[in-house]
Amino acid sequence: MSNSTTQTHGGAAHGSVKEYKRGLIWSLVLTAIPFALVMTGGLSSSLTMLIILLCAVAQVFVQLVFFLHMNTSSEQSWNVISGVFIILIVLIVVLGSVWIMQHLNHNMLMGH
Amino acid sequence: MATTDMTIAPEPDYDGFVKEEHHHDSAGDTLLGFWIYIMSDCILFATLFATYAVLGTGFAGGPTPKDLFDLNFVAVETALLLFSSFTFGMAMLGAQSKDEKQLMKWLGITFLLGFGFLCMEAYEFYHFSSEGADPTTSAYWSAFYVLIGTHGLHVLAGMFWMIILVIHIKRDGITEENHTRLACLSLFWHFLDIIWICVFSLVYLMGVL
Repeated sequence: MSNSTTQTHGGAAHGSVKEYKRGLIWSLVLTAIPFALVMTGGLSSSLTMLIILLCAVAQVFVQLVFFLHMNTSSEQSWNVISGVFIILIVLIVVLGSVWIMQHLNHNMLMGH
Repeated sequence: MATTDMTIAPEPDYDGFVKEEHHHDSAGDTLLGFWIYIMSDCILFATLFATYAVLGTGFAGGPTPKDLFDLNFVAVETALLLFSSFTFGMAMLGAQSKDEKQLMKWLGITFLLGFGFLCMEAYEFYHFSSEGADPTTSAYWSAFYVLIGTHGLHVLAGMFWMIILVIHIKRDGITEENHTRLACLSLFWHFLDIIWICVFSLVYLMGVL
């Protein structure tokens, strides 16, 4: 406990200044790109939407790796497994809701 | 036979609880438990995002996000939260090197950034409401206020937590327990940043497209 080695706390590995700075720069870049695209409005809206989504997903991973220090080491396997499980649940909830409600909307309009 | 005298003498400081071995792992167990709480919080936000997506076109003749969203304003809000994630990381480094001064300095900066974010959000809510888009205006604005408001409440809770932790650390120093609490708050704070990434991408940026 009191030995100051790089022992991990079963879910929060220790970071370094370099790692945090790198994370900050990455997340600033990945935020600036979609903001700049939308503000200038140079690209078509579907392409812009795709880039926004890609930047968001990339930034979530940047935050997980650089700030939350997630990795594939065995100490973190439970964190990663529960994370993957939740991603699955979130996708089912969000995509499922949108999918079902779109069909409902469609059917209601047909009825009239 | 009944008296083989196998009574095991308790350890000198035995008080009914197993301390030593158990303690070693408890920080990891606490963090894993807190991680699982955060995962369940993800589901809360997922349902709110799903609601927002489903109600995303129900303006009921009221103002649309295109009329009201100001991306420069949102960019500043986002920057505050991104930097606060970084400064919390620096605070954690201070805690790991048992440097209380560094920890307090960076925690203070994180708190101010969080406070600035909340003030901007409160102003934004006030501004939108006065422009005719309050939570009762339409399905869209109901979903918007609930989603953004829930995130804001989480940030507020994180700030209260920060104050309480500072009191704990002032009183006891950077003990093992306080370090675990700090690590939990760190998870929570970074998680809020991750949720905000989804918010500005899906709500604000796609809202004005």
